[in-house]
Amino acid sequence: MVNWNRVFRRQRRSGDVARERLQLVLVHDRAGVSPELIQTLRHEIIDVISKYLDIDQAGMEINLTQGRDRSKLVANIPIRSSRRAGHTPEGRA
Amino acid sequence: MAGYVITITSGKGGVGKTTTTANLGTALALQGKRVVCIDADIGLRNLDVVMGLENRIVYDLVDVVEGRCRLRQALIRDKRLPELHLLPAAQTRDKTAVSPAEMAELCHVLRKDFDFVLVDSPAGIEQGFRNAVAGADYVLVITTPEISAVRDADRIIGLVEAAEKGPVHLIINRVRTNMVQRGDMLDTNDVIEILAVDLIGIIPEDEEIIISTNRGVPVALGEHSRAGQAFRNVAARILGEEISFMPLRDSRSFLSRLLDRVR
Ligand SMILES: Nc1ncnc2c1ncn2[C@@H]1O[C@H](COP(=O)(O)OP(=O)(O)O)[C@@H](O)[C@H]1O
Ligand SMILES: [Mg+2]
Repeated sequence: MVNWNRVFRRQRRSGDVARERLQLVLVHDRAGVSPELIQTLRHEIIDVISKYLDIDQAGMEINLTQGRDRSKLVANIPIRSSRRAGHTPEGRA
Repeated sequence: MAGYVITITSGKGGVGKTTTTANLGTALALQGKRVVCIDADIGLRNLDVVMGLENRIVYDLVDVVEGRCRLRQALIRDKRLPELHLLPAAQTRDKTAVSPAEMAELCHVLRKDFDFVLVDSPAGIEQGFRNAVAGADYVLVITTPEISAVRDADRIIGLVEAAEKGPVHLIINRVRTNMVQRGDMLDTNDVIEILAVDLIGIIPEDEEIIISTNRGVPVALGEHSRAGQAFRNVAARILGEEISFMPLRDSRSFLSRLLDRVR
């Protein structure tokens, strides 16, 4: 039987989906950190950093990742450029 | 030389620990090794039926530990392979009937008389597991290529490493060739990479296992089953032979296979 969804790549192979879900769940299991805790952390980080910087909350990423022998918490927090303040970023005219 | 204690365990239940214990025991005995299989799943005795020895049980593991019989009296000799023995679990007791120290002592006594002591562990991470690994020199973790089973295997591997009962090797059981080829099953390479352990066996899904279990004759005894061959390969690897993993299917062309025959 031809699986048209798959032919048109509308659906990913379930084995690949399983691998990604497994990796994610194991990162949390191994670190003993629940996804809810990451959410809480996210809110508190936003609160703290917003006191000092204007951050782009929508573009913010906080993830647990698996390193070679330990888990890492990786945060990527974009800061809104202060164009409104009237100066251009360095190195650009 | 003192024997080697191998514990066969898993996190998730029903993934093939008992099947593996019976077949690995059979395959090692076929190589002329003296083997005893201990059913450590107290209260859920099963290894006896898988090995076809259920009618010969007189005493069990708990009788030995509690001193109601001597160890020798409780050991059941296999019908076909005189080197293969079973120490059955008690059916009417629970995991707390035996302590980890008692299990370790039992393994210690048995290893003097046998080349291999195989311990069939119950599922889970509680006392039954701690009993089963107490005397282990080497731990085989069984999983199937499914998220839930692999996740539980990860937990078990962590516990075995924490208890310093290693080395730990992995067996991936019930692999379905056609599903792997379609991309609808976790790939064995992905599983070992994610779990970061060494692989010692890939066992295909095989109806022969169900048929042979019905008869109480482990598949490793027969020549024609793929799962049986895969179990014999695991035994050979444990005995130090280097055997490549069976291809899930012969991927070469018809022509090159034909040429092989001519050569
Ligand atoms: N490779 C396989 N192919 C087909 N059936 C299998 C395979 N391995 C195990 N089984 C079946 O799966 C069931 C559970 O196996 P079992 O060895 O009792 O698991 P466990 O001891 O881990 O609970 C049994 O019915 C067994 O026959
Ligand atoms: Mg079992």
